[in-house]
Amino acid sequence: MSKGKLGIDDYPLAEKRPETVSGARGRGLDDITLEAVMAGEVEMADLRITAGALRAQAEIAEAAGRSALAGNFRRGAELASVPQEVIMEIYELLRPGRAQDRQVLHEAAERLRRDYAANDMAAFVEEAAEVYEKRGLFTFRY
Amino acid sequence: MSKSEHFGVNRWRRFDDWDERPLRLDNFAKDDPRNGFSAMNGSNDPASSVRCSGGSITEMDGTAADEFDIIDLFIARYHLDPDRVEEAMALPSAEVARMLVDMNVPRERLVRLAHGMTPAKLAEVVAHLNAMEIAFAYAKMRARATPGNQAHVTNAKDDPLQLAADAATAVAFGFDEIETTMRVSRNAWSNALACCVGSSVGRAGTLFQCSSEEAEELQIGMAGFTSYAETVSVYGTEKSFIDGDDTPWSKAFLAAAYASRGIKMRCTSGAAAELLMGFHEAKSLLYLEARCLCMQRAMGVQGTQNGGIDGAPLASSITGGVRELMAENLIAVWLDLECASGNDARSSESEIRIGAKILPFLIAGSDLICSGFGSILKYDNSFNPSSFNGEELEDYLVLQRDFEADGGLTPRGEDELLSIRRRAVDAIAAVFEELDLGSPDDDMKGSVVAASGSQDTRSYLPGEVSDISGGISERCITVLDVIRALHTRGFVEEAENLLFLVKLRLSGDYLQTSAVIRGGHVISAINDPNAYDGPGSGYRLSAERRAEIAAIRGELDQREVLRAEASFAAAEQQRIAYRTMGPAQRGADDSEVVIGLSPAFGTQLFRTLAGHSLADVLRAVGDGVAEEGGTARFVRFTHTADTSFLGLSAAGLSGSGVGIGLQAKGTAVIHQRDRLPHNNLELFSNAPITTLDHYRALGRNAVRYAAGRDVEPVVVPTNGEALGARYHARVALIYAIETGLTSDGAVPQDIGIDFLGKQTGGARP
Repeated sequence: MSKGKLGIDDYPLAEKRPETVSGARGRGLDDITLEAVMAGEVEMADLRITAGALRAQAEIAEAAGRSALAGNFRRGAELASVPQEVIMEIYELLRPGRAQDRQVLHEAAERLRRDYAANDMAAFVEEAAEVYEKRGLFTFRY
Repeated sequence: MSKSEHFGVNRWRRFDDWDERPLRLDNFAKDDPRNGFSAMNGSNDPASSVRCSGGSITEMDGTAADEFDIIDLFIARYHLDPDRVEEAMALPSAEVARMLVDMNVPRERLVRLAHGMTPAKLAEVVAHLNAMEIAFAYAKMRARATPGNQAHVTNAKDDPLQLAADAATAVAFGFDEIETTMRVSRNAWSNALACCVGSSVGRAGTLFQCSSEEAEELQIGMAGFTSYAETVSVYGTEKSFIDGDDTPWSKAFLAAAYASRGIKMRCTSGAAAELLMGFHEAKSLLYLEARCLCMQRAMGVQGTQNGGIDGAPLASSITGGVRELMAENLIAVWLDLECASGNDARSSESEIRIGAKILPFLIAGSDLICSGFGSILKYDNSFNPSSFNGEELEDYLVLQRDFEADGGLTPRGEDELLSIRRRAVDAIAAVFEELDLGSPDDDMKGSVVAASGSQDTRSYLPGEVSDISGGISERCITVLDVIRALHTRGFVEEAENLLFLVKLRLSGDYLQTSAVIRGGHVISAINDPNAYDGPGSGYRLSAERRAEIAAIRGELDQREVLRAEASFAAAEQQRIAYRTMGPAQRGADDSEVVIGLSPAFGTQLFRTLAGHSLADVLRAVGDGVAEEGGTARFVRFTHTADTSFLGLSAAGLSGSGVGIGLQAKGTAVIHQRDRLPHNNLELFSNAPITTLDHYRALGRNAVRYAAGRDVEPVVVPTNGEALGARYHARVALIYAIETGLTSDGAVPQDIGIDFLGKQTGGARP
């Protein structure tokens, strides 16, 4: 695979660039067969999208003129390896009134940055902290 | 004014009739912009404006940056493209509106401009368009070329067997996505597994979602049962958003979370949500919705479920509300979002309003025309009844055929659907048994296969389902367990289909804008872009697709009509014999009434449109003639099949100068010699509702005309049936059989008639 950016001609990846697609444990599309499933060789992790695939889709979205969508795919790529409970915990903190001050959100952002190298997502959470403070959302709701 | 001038009348009874119409169950709200009741002209709608400084937005729609609420902040940061703002905002709104309906202005150019426009600007532009222009612009601006549709699959008992059968049925009809939800929230896992199994029957690649509590919905997705989500709601005012228990940042975080799991996602917003939630800020439906849509694009979601949704009934109660719903859908696609275009929650009790509402979307096409077509019966729809439901599904299929418009669905035959339902119920039962979740018996299964809705089933009840659902969740059953169970029990094709779908999430191909799966391939705005630049471009029905749409149930052709007639031939031969006696001459008896028979009368056609045996009709007419002292003579004409000319030709041969023309389908006329062909004495044109008594009275009246006596014309009463709709296809086919037997200058033949046996019905004592 070339190092150049992917474009709309590379889409759909599963058909145009199947060799670049694999699950979270590295198992390729051709190795995820009914026989392999029946033999117990396939796990849910093999059916999990990778950060690489999401970045590839971000490049394709960018090439198609959809930079906002590409931004979401890049944030998604950063969350690909973040465990479900961490995601739900941070999501919960971002809901109105859950965090009582900006420090809690800054800690969540720091965790994303430190543990998962999710820099864009971390900056996004910090931005939320700033906005929430400005709009008075650090208030008790229930 | 004296009392007598009122005639004792205090109401025109038409209002009583109108009061009884389903329409009168609908609410209608007066325009009241201060209280949020305005489609497009809210009392607090701002004029559009924008100011930039150093690459950031310092004012938007009349609000300075330091006064921005969370929505303004999010839109200013993530939607507005500073490089495009100046050009886009400088264009007069009316000019942009004209560009939207100008086929020579490419979609891409308009999309770029939209990314530099504020919510107020977008709303101002689309407000310039009338309803037809909005529909046209929608057809031009929507993202993916091929139209699609989405089904609700739910039932009132959360019965998994029925969910599987109904999911398979929805897949067979061609829905690209199916969505379920529950009556009892803890049944989510059971609903998800059941629909997942059902949707694997018959075809691979139908996307599926289980609408439930946010965290659980994501977990169900992680277990591989679902492939998309659309319940991520956004609102157009800050207070509504907060009451919705989210912020643009929390929702955008969720959007990234769904992407990170390879699950397709769209947001939901729609007119009147803020009005329902009590925080409308005296702004119009359209302006608030423009804010919602800019926010969704800003979040980076690929699409939206938009166009009223739960607020559609309220929006529809407002003047111009339905036009507004169309306008907000247009803003969605103009912003380059996938649009699941509402036509979802039933917005009226009037079938006419519902039919009118769907038409622009049906002919314009949409990524998902309904964001929830109720594939099940209304009472089984756990979201609430949809605009179209199981009851009206065939109406929709016929609308597709009428307009040669692809509404995403394909007619299916009875045998095919029955076998699909059997297969789905067998499959889910096998999975339950393999996974120790239950073992439904044959009575349960049979009742579900045949059931139109859950009131017909003897299957699981919601409480039993909760145990199943708990089992799936607690034992962490995943889609891989389901695939293995299917395969083990011989449902190999279904196992393959399910594996195909879950493998798709690895590439993320269906995360791109407007992605669905057709024929085993992902199609989206990337590889199936809508490129409309005038007639002949954009999405067109292929010959193959047109044939699919055309093949509705119960189409007639001439062979079918002749086959049906032939089935009556034998019985008719037991009732009557026709003898050809030779060329007919003009009679001399002044009491004679000639009854002129059409070419196929009793030779190829044997009953009237009302279903009367032709023998009975002739007997009735003849009896009527005799009752008044006349003499009937039967003559067959083959130079014409037209009622008027049959009647006039019969009158010409009749000794009295009065004749009757009679077509096999039952249309009859009394005619008199020397009148103009279409100026007859009496015409019975409504054959489908003409009784034998009417034919007898016709015979009597013919004699009375001949004798110059007073005549009370026979009136065949109608109840306003659409007889043309009910019969004209058959009429045209029947009439072609009649005209096919005519030849120019053919000589009329006297016919001797022998009535055999007894009359079959409808007769006098």
